[in-house]
Amino acid sequence: MTHQEAAPEPTGTAAAVAEPPLLDVRDLRVEFRTRDGVAKAVNGVSYHVARGQTLAVLGESGSGKSVTAQAVMGILDSPPGFLTGGEIVFQGRDLLTLRREERRRIRGAKMAMIFQDALSSLNPVLSVGAQLGEMFQVHEGVSRKEARARAVELMERVKIPAARERVGDYPHQFSGGMRQRIMIAMALALGPDLIIADEPTTALDVTVQAQVMDLLAELQRELTMGLILITHDLGVVADVADTIAVMYAGRIVETAPVHQLYKAPAHPYTRGLLDSIPRLDQKGRQLYAIKGMPPNLTAVPPGCPFHPRCPLVRDVCRTDPPPLYEVGPGRTSACHFWKETLDGAR
Amino acid sequence: MGRYVIRRLLQMIPVFIGSTFLIFFMVYALGDPVAAMFGERAPDPATAAQIRRELYLDAPLWKQYLHYMGQIFQGNFGTAFNGQSVIELMVSAFPVTLRLTVVAVVIEMVVGVVLGVFSGLRRGRGIDTSVLVLTLVVVSIPTFVSGYLLQFLFGVQWGWAAPSVSPEVPLNELLLPGLVLALVSLAYVTRLTRTSIAENVRADYVRTAVAKGLPRHRVITRHLLRNSLIPVVTFIGTDIGALMGGAIVTERIFNIHGVGYQLYQGILRQNSPTVVGFVTILVLVFLLANLLVDLLYAVLDPRIRYA
Amino acid sequence: MPEPSVPKEAIGHGDGGSAALALGEAESLERRPGAAPPGAGPPGGVPAGKPRSLWSDAWHDLCRNPVFVVSALVIVFLVIIAIWPQLIATGNPYRADLAKAQQGSQPGHPFGFDTQGRDVYTRVVYGARASITVGVCATTGAALLGSLLGGLAGFFGGWSDTLLSRIADIFFGIPVILGGLVFLSMVASTTVWPVVGFIVLLGWPQVSRIARGSVVTAKQNDYVQAARALGAGNGRMLLRHIAPNAVAPVIVVATIALGTFIALEATLSYLGAGLKPPTISWGIDISTASPYIRSAPHMLLWPAGALSITVLAFIMLGDAVRDALDPKLR
Repeated sequence: MTHQEAAPEPTGTAAAVAEPPLLDVRDLRVEFRTRDGVAKAVNGVSYHVARGQTLAVLGESGSGKSVTAQAVMGILDSPPGFLTGGEIVFQGRDLLTLRREERRRIRGAKMAMIFQDALSSLNPVLSVGAQLGEMFQVHEGVSRKEARARAVELMERVKIPAARERVGDYPHQFSGGMRQRIMIAMALALGPDLIIADEPTTALDVTVQAQVMDLLAELQRELTMGLILITHDLGVVADVADTIAVMYAGRIVETAPVHQLYKAPAHPYTRGLLDSIPRLDQKGRQLYAIKGMPPNLTAVPPGCPFHPRCPLVRDVCRTDPPPLYEVGPGRTSACHFWKETLDGAR
Repeated sequence: MGRYVIRRLLQMIPVFIGSTFLIFFMVYALGDPVAAMFGERAPDPATAAQIRRELYLDAPLWKQYLHYMGQIFQGNFGTAFNGQSVIELMVSAFPVTLRLTVVAVVIEMVVGVVLGVFSGLRRGRGIDTSVLVLTLVVVSIPTFVSGYLLQFLFGVQWGWAAPSVSPEVPLNELLLPGLVLALVSLAYVTRLTRTSIAENVRADYVRTAVAKGLPRHRVITRHLLRNSLIPVVTFIGTDIGALMGGAIVTERIFNIHGVGYQLYQGILRQNSPTVVGFVTILVLVFLLANLLVDLLYAVLDPRIRYA
Repeated sequence: MPEPSVPKEAIGHGDGGSAALALGEAESLERRPGAAPPGAGPPGGVPAGKPRSLWSDAWHDLCRNPVFVVSALVIVFLVIIAIWPQLIATGNPYRADLAKAQQGSQPGHPFGFDTQGRDVYTRVVYGARASITVGVCATTGAALLGSLLGGLAGFFGGWSDTLLSRIADIFFGIPVILGGLVFLSMVASTTVWPVVGFIVLLGWPQVSRIARGSVVTAKQNDYVQAARALGAGNGRMLLRHIAPNAVAPVIVVATIALGTFIALEATLSYLGAGLKPPTISWGIDISTASPYIRSAPHMLLWPAGALSITVLAFIMLGDAVRDALDPKLR
């Protein structure tokens, strides 16, 4: 975590004061209006990322982690999705107050996104060179020839072999890992300050996963970008993330620096997630599973949304929604009994 | 690619033979061309037999067919009822129908795609629903009904267009007949485009294009439209052959002397060479249009080109 | 809420004179050289669903769909007057009063009179019979023949499949209206049967393609493979596991085809090759009235309206059924 203008005391809090975060999402709310009712997909989410930092957003499918990211990028499908509240402050400006055209210029150039399924996320009828070069043509107005040359450079940068020969190939002619590299190249094209990677390795073979993840982490370090890594896989997170935000039912239930969270979670849900990772040193024991199912977002339980599945549930959990408690420096937890949870873990 | 074209061409041959033989069979085996020549009068048996021999009609049907096809490939289509050679009729009729078809295809392409894109992007809203209902209504009105209706309204009541087309067949007079001919296909093109757009607008690669910060018009034209038009192009391609065959009704309503008119006369007067000759050419046009579509498909979709 | 949006969009091309009676997505998929690559584009044919829940869900959806309810009511009404036209038309459709020829609407004769002084209203009512008979019989015939041939070809594959596809191509290659004119002008019969026969002849390939497509898709389903692995015989496989998957798409394509077949019959009759007098047909009446469109448009407009509403009712019904049966929209 090297900061450009080295703060005298690079401790977490001091740095945060010295340099405003690259991206600061405050109390974001998104709902989906469907035939079956209104689903509050994102319900007051706040998080922030600094330059050169990696924030991992962890959660099951339907927890709102991808929707938050789409809202930040400004690519929410609307209808049915509607942004109903909050602020997205990026480099000091609230994106939600910008005009559509200003917003568009930021997309792709200042912040970029990597999607899960590269095969369906790349246009099947355009060559990868055309899709990469398009970034330069649109945002920088360079010629088609120049754009193609830059596309080759990009492909070399993400270590695609024989880039010059393959620049005219189509997405279906590449392997899964190579396609995801092309997605990464596309995101990197204009040297963005923030990259949002939505499950970037989930669709890949395990052997390829590590390569792609390493490449992403390496490029992030090199270019000191902010990275938001959205995943449901705790294993991916441990090596690359600085901070973790755990989401459940459209809310953030816990935020913590990565090692602290692994060592001692402050929310029963996080605890459940950690306990359900198979571990070699516990071979033979039955795997832990969080009981029950994630809630239907059109009918989130009152009080703490996690209470029907929580092993520590008490009466207050059924009625009072917990606030985000300040648990430690840079740590929060949305659990009335975070102390017990924390102590129980230690 | 080259091998693919050759394979498709080879596959066309049995279909061509089958279709033309079927028509040949209907005309020459179900009907009696010689009796038709004499109209109401019963022919003198000796004369009839002589004509049969001259026209090769006493041979078995498959031999007749082979003989006929052989003649056709030498450019001899026989003689029509009024003594004109069928080739002459074709030379005068096909350009007329071709123009009519081109007008129709342009109308269905431009109007259909624009309407389809428009309603596909507004899926589920008022405009979309109205367009959908309207297209169903249009599909339900047979061409001969809509033809008379439009002719009556535009040509007679309001006087916006000529109710019938003059012998020189100028393009501006073909606008109304072209619209009538195109109408049903227009509705299909609209629905096809709309469905295709509405499906693709939620596609991941469109989301990627938006996330790349491309302007809306570029997202639509370069990413969305290009993919969505593939099935539409297929439809229009196969439709060209169909329109030329279907011009029979439109040409009758607007008194256009094209392929449909000549064929109709040929059928009424049971003039076998005219009917079989024209239909053979139409089948050929239909098959070639299909081949063209297949090739176009490969050009538009690289996944097929390299498959 | 009407949201028809299934790829099988372009359906019958009844009166465009198209050789291809059906130009649906199923067909255009087939036209693609080689199979669609995995994961690209919509899957061929209609996705196989669980029959029971599919049917009850579909029925539930249909009953709430105003388009379906209205078109179904119109069709029921049409079928009733096709069987018992006397219920709403007491006159004689053949009685001609030349003194009243071409006269417009008057008391007791709301639609006026035709060129021979026959009551247009009575003739329009009686005209339903021919249209409905041709539509229903031709569709039934084409659906049975098409699904039988298409289903067997799809199930057994191999040379029988290739042969059938080529034969279907041949029938697709003949322009419908031209074929009809040639074929029917050779037949002297005044009954509806030659017309029905001809439509079946040119209509079955469109059903067979759909049936073949869904059978091929169903055959690849894991549960069908599993049944085969468990030793189910061909007959049992076809009846229990595969046929149910093909029923829904065939019903959809047949309903819509019914509308276009009615339009096709009218077009052929209009051209003088379909039904022949004394059969009462909207197509014939429109043809007879067409020279007088300037002086007496009512003679053309009433049968034309009746024809269009009938075709529209069937096409709308098919559209609604397709929406209900397509699980992709759920």
